[in-house]
Amino acid sequence: MESLRIPILKIGDVLIASIQTTLHDSSAVQFKDDLLQRIFETRARGLIVDLTAVEVVDSFIARLISDIASMAGLMGTRVVITGLQPAVAITLVELGLELPQVLTALNLEKGLAALQRQVEESGDGAR
Amino acid sequence: MAPGKVAVIRSDLDIVIARTLARDTAKNMGFGAIDQARIATAVSELARNIFLYAGTGTVTVREAERAGRRGIEIVCEDQGPGIANIDVVMQDGYSTSRGMGMGLPGAKRLMDDFEIRSQEGVGTTIVCRKWRM
Repeated sequence: MESLRIPILKIGDVLIASIQTTLHDSSAVQFKDDLLQRIFETRARGLIVDLTAVEVVDSFIARLISDIASMAGLMGTRVVITGLQPAVAITLVELGLELPQVLTALNLEKGLAALQRQVEESGDGAR
Repeated sequence: MAPGKVAVIRSDLDIVIARTLARDTAKNMGFGAIDQARIATAVSELARNIFLYAGTGTVTVREAERAGRRGIEIVCEDQGPGIANIDVVMQDGYSTSRGMGMGLPGAKRLMDDFEIRSQEGVGTTIVCRKWRM
């Protein structure tokens, strides 16, 4: 089955990907690969992954989000996860997955502001 | 006992089908949004375990009743390699795969009842339930 690619939008030097579809494991891995490739191609300084429409985050997806943040970080790109639903936040903590290494924000707007601050603090975007 | 609905697990797509079945059943039973997410997440963990370790198996979702309380019952069965030491796999952080080692203990925390039976070389059956408040 051909998996539906998640669109990755570029605004200035920030990439934004909003997950609007149910991710199964292989489409999630494809998404991670696509994101890292786009970061490399665009030299984006920031990446926002918006989860507003995501109703279930299990340990596989949580691991993937954590990996995306680490891998993008290695490439010099800051990652902010936005829009976690209350039920998702509750189940993640109950699962024991608090994603301590991942920067989060309430919504896209606050995520962009957080990214801007991160990039400014680190000068030219170097880590 | 209600016959329930069965999702056969053969691929990673079936993990999504199983958890959607559980979520829809929970929603129809009147579970709130947070419990729906807990149930769907637990089923996702358990169905992924079937896919990763046994290859194939089934997830059965049915309504349950005990002492006048209604609940949802999830039965996960496979004829996979089985679990040699259940105490070990129920520890947080234990993982032999790409997960975070939160699959079984995490699913247990998300549900109210959690029973696991497994025999090496025969397979594993997990029964878990969540009761309506």
